[in-house]
Amino acid sequence: MTALWTLFLTAAFVDNMPLTLFLGLCTFLALSRTPGSALGLGIAMTAVLGVTVPLNHVIYHTLLAPGAWGWAGLPEIDLSYLALIAFIGVIAATVQLLEMVMDRFFPAIHAAFGVFLPLLTVQCAILAGSLFMVDRAYTLAESAVFGLGSGLGFAVAVVLLGAIRTRLAYADLPAGLRGLGIAFVLTGLMSLGFASFAQMASAP
Amino acid sequence: MSSRTDLRATLTDPLVRQNPVTLQILGICSALAVTTSVATALTMSVSLTVVLTLSAAAISLIRRHIPDAIRLIVQIVIVASMVIVIDQVLQAFLGEISRALSIYVSLITTNCLVLGRTEAYARHHAPLPAAVDAFGNGLGYSLVLLVVGALRELLGRGALFGHSVLPTVDEGGWFTPLGLMLLAPSAFFLLGGLVWAIRSLRPEQSEAPEHTPPTRTAEAAE
Repeated sequence: MTALWTLFLTAAFVDNMPLTLFLGLCTFLALSRTPGSALGLGIAMTAVLGVTVPLNHVIYHTLLAPGAWGWAGLPEIDLSYLALIAFIGVIAATVQLLEMVMDRFFPAIHAAFGVFLPLLTVQCAILAGSLFMVDRAYTLAESAVFGLGSGLGFAVAVVLLGAIRTRLAYADLPAGLRGLGIAFVLTGLMSLGFASFAQMASAP
Repeated sequence: MSSRTDLRATLTDPLVRQNPVTLQILGICSALAVTTSVATALTMSVSLTVVLTLSAAAISLIRRHIPDAIRLIVQIVIVASMVIVIDQVLQAFLGEISRALSIYVSLITTNCLVLGRTEAYARHHAPLPAAVDAFGNGLGYSLVLLVVGALRELLGRGALFGHSVLPTVDEGGWFTPLGLMLLAPSAFFLLGGLVWAIRSLRPEQSEAPEHTPPTRTAEAAE
């Protein structure tokens, strides 16, 4: 139990997807202009990561991993090179399904956050969640916790950046730095801040 | 029909004027993650340019046969197949660099630059202009990656391509390496500075203020 809790906190803060691993930055920067849209993106991210990482874990280990076809008398088959296409397919299908379910049962939430869902199909952070799961050989429980933690970390970071960018109304920036430029600098400063979590984690 | 000058403009526009990273906000993730040294930045640039050009040409070839509703899936599958090929080639011939890039090569699949260009350009153009546009965007991306990678390796290790350029203190020289340059935040600062520099030279790229402060009443301003 403690191990899972540690994994959750590590995924959310120490290995923060956008700030320390540079994942999902395109949407991170494009949709953080206001805290409202940032929150929508964060919630959608958490939902999709929390579903796809454990789902891909099941698919990888029952169909694709080396030796997964041993029960059918084909132990030498190794389909792991197909993982990329399988993961992308699962992610695209999950996003589509999530959108339809939300549209049917929670139309209000869909109206608020629905526009962000299709974008998530091609979000590198989502695919990276599944690739890390294979790379680090997580168990099913670990991968679920890892997916939720990473999603939460992304949500926290993007909402913080959205709030800071709203405050930029009071800053007189040079013309060339407005928009993308200052967003990069802010992300860099936040990344420095999140680096202190890594220090706390490595301290005894 | 597109003439030779059009093709040249398609090729050179994305280098600075329409740079994918600094203006279109495409493909930033990998641009930052792999730039701790020039060698990884170069490998990544070449891989991305190859994948982008090939998939743009392939998608452009079958553009009239892709049903609109499932075009994203079709495009992603084409891109993913190219990426798998590149990944296997890298693992076979450049094992060390392939390990340094870890999952970021696979992540070319979801690099918004690839899908952005196939969706915005290759889908509506003939194979040749589509490939040229993709190649130009790949070069623009590579340019940013190499500049950031060179700066980070030079200031962080005093070296370029692993060869010592500025003799560091450890080796009896004078240069104290800036450890921060190898960490995540410096990549953001460098790219922010790069965006600032380009937009100072080309003011037409700068953006309008995102938010305006609430207007004050006349007496409060007095």
